[in-house]
Amino acid sequence: MFDWKWEFAWEILPRLVTATGNTLLAAGAGYAIALVLGLALAIAQRSPYRGLTFVVREFVEFIRSTPLLLQIFFIFYVGPQFGIRLSPWMSGMIAIGLHYSCYLSEVYRGGIDSVPKGQWEAAIALNMTTVQKYRRVIIPQAIPSALSGMGNYLVGIFKDTPMLSVIGVAELIHTANAIGSEHYRFLEPFTMVGIIFLAISLPAAGLIRLVEGRVRRKLGLK
Amino acid sequence: MLDMSGFPTELSGENTPMVSFRKVRKSYGALTVLDDLDLDINAGEMVSIIGPSGSGKTTVLRMLMTLEQINSGVIYVDGQPLTHMPKGGKLVPANERHLRSRRADIGMCFQHFNLFPHMTALENCMEGPVQVLGLSKAEARDRSEELLELVGMIAKKDQHPSRLSGGQQQRVAIARALAMRPKVMLFDEVTSALDPEVIGEVTNVIRGLVSEHNLTMLMVTHQMGFARDISDRVCFFYGGKIEEQGHPSELFGNPQRERTQQFLSAVREAV
Ligand SMILES: Nc1ncnc2c1ncn2[C@@H]1O[C@H](COP(=O)(O)OP(=O)(O)OP(=O)(O)O)[C@@H](O)[C@H]1O
Ligand SMILES: [Mg+2]
Repeated sequence: MFDWKWEFAWEILPRLVTATGNTLLAAGAGYAIALVLGLALAIAQRSPYRGLTFVVREFVEFIRSTPLLLQIFFIFYVGPQFGIRLSPWMSGMIAIGLHYSCYLSEVYRGGIDSVPKGQWEAAIALNMTTVQKYRRVIIPQAIPSALSGMGNYLVGIFKDTPMLSVIGVAELIHTANAIGSEHYRFLEPFTMVGIIFLAISLPAAGLIRLVEGRVRRKLGLK
Repeated sequence: MLDMSGFPTELSGENTPMVSFRKVRKSYGALTVLDDLDLDINAGEMVSIIGPSGSGKTTVLRMLMTLEQINSGVIYVDGQPLTHMPKGGKLVPANERHLRSRRADIGMCFQHFNLFPHMTALENCMEGPVQVLGLSKAEARDRSEELLELVGMIAKKDQHPSRLSGGQQQRVAIARALAMRPKVMLFDEVTSALDPEVIGEVTNVIRGLVSEHNLTMLMVTHQMGFARDISDRVCFFYGGKIEEQGHPSELFGNPQRERTQQFLSAVREAV
């Protein structure tokens, strides 16, 4: 029934390994952008400046209600009309980073809201600046309850990287598809890609839970 | 624009109070919580605030700690306006920078301690001195350990708050506030959340502060005996105003106002 060719599988393995590296890089870079930008968006939504709060809230809502694929196309194909000419790689990472920063900002917001009011007041009583309040008091306490959400989106980003294939980023799906078209064989490359995704996603989820427990203990919270 | 002409840009003279509330008003919507409050506290004075629930006791402390804004009037600390700042010879509402520069004079302890749960007792005390005052870690540690010693918590300095009893947490919180070297210390019902058997360990720390330090203190409490023992003056609050105030022996021994008498007899019956 299956005519699985081991020889062919071996032959294409190096290309898939390289593509795995690209996928991880895109996911990692996108995640890094999302982590930092998401925090900025979350904090901006709590700022005393009404105008800023409003604009950021609408922006987050807008990004979350439109598909990632559209955002990727937009940045890559429409960007140049506004004089923003980015490589597929750049466009892809920015799109993913932007998209997920909006989801992460909600995760952070939940975490920040879970910090009791008394902690803010204690920080004021110690005469802390806004930056000190967030950095030393609020964020360390917001992170533990945000961790599981943060971990979920890391796996989410990883699984969304194939969308970058549409603008020609040589991640796993794009590479598997190219191999298939070159050799008229799709069974091996796509099966292998599935296994690679599984082999990374599953341990990652476990690892995230491990890190979560560790961070909680390290911060003296249980 | 409110008329600020009745409020000087600073208080000077020999008897300048450490804290001065001048016609301070605070309301939440239609509810007036502080009703044109006037209250002066002299340097080194220990003043207790008593009164029925909702009379505005906590609000007085929260306004002085600048946790919220007042609606009108001015609060001065050490002769300088706290809630306002001088601009062109007049007072205008304080901005964040002004608040930060004046707030350093004030420290506060809360009913529910509000220690930072992710830091040990020692780290809680060092946090302000290192981050806000810019002390070196070594200096901050010395100062903090000295204060933890003072409140009898040095043996537990490396414990996180979750491992400490309420009384222990409150003592650490007092040390944390003192580590900032404020001129004025505020205590808001610091024993109300404690089990009866540990109240003494906290009140003893405050007693020690009264007898050995020249701090100005403002304390909200429901413990009449404690207020009577240690205060230079007791203020009875009613409806956002001071209904009656005086030396504890007078206020407790011979209250003049009917509301004070009613409140005190109600409290005595409850015991
Ligand atoms: N953020 C707020 N929003 C609305 N009302 C408030 C707020 N904070 C306080 N109040 C109201 O202001 C009034 C005075 O509150 P405050 O906490 O000063 O009373 P208190 O004298 O400390 O009472 P207690 O003895 O119960 O602690 C109360 O009626 C309270 O409900
Ligand atoms: Mg109160």
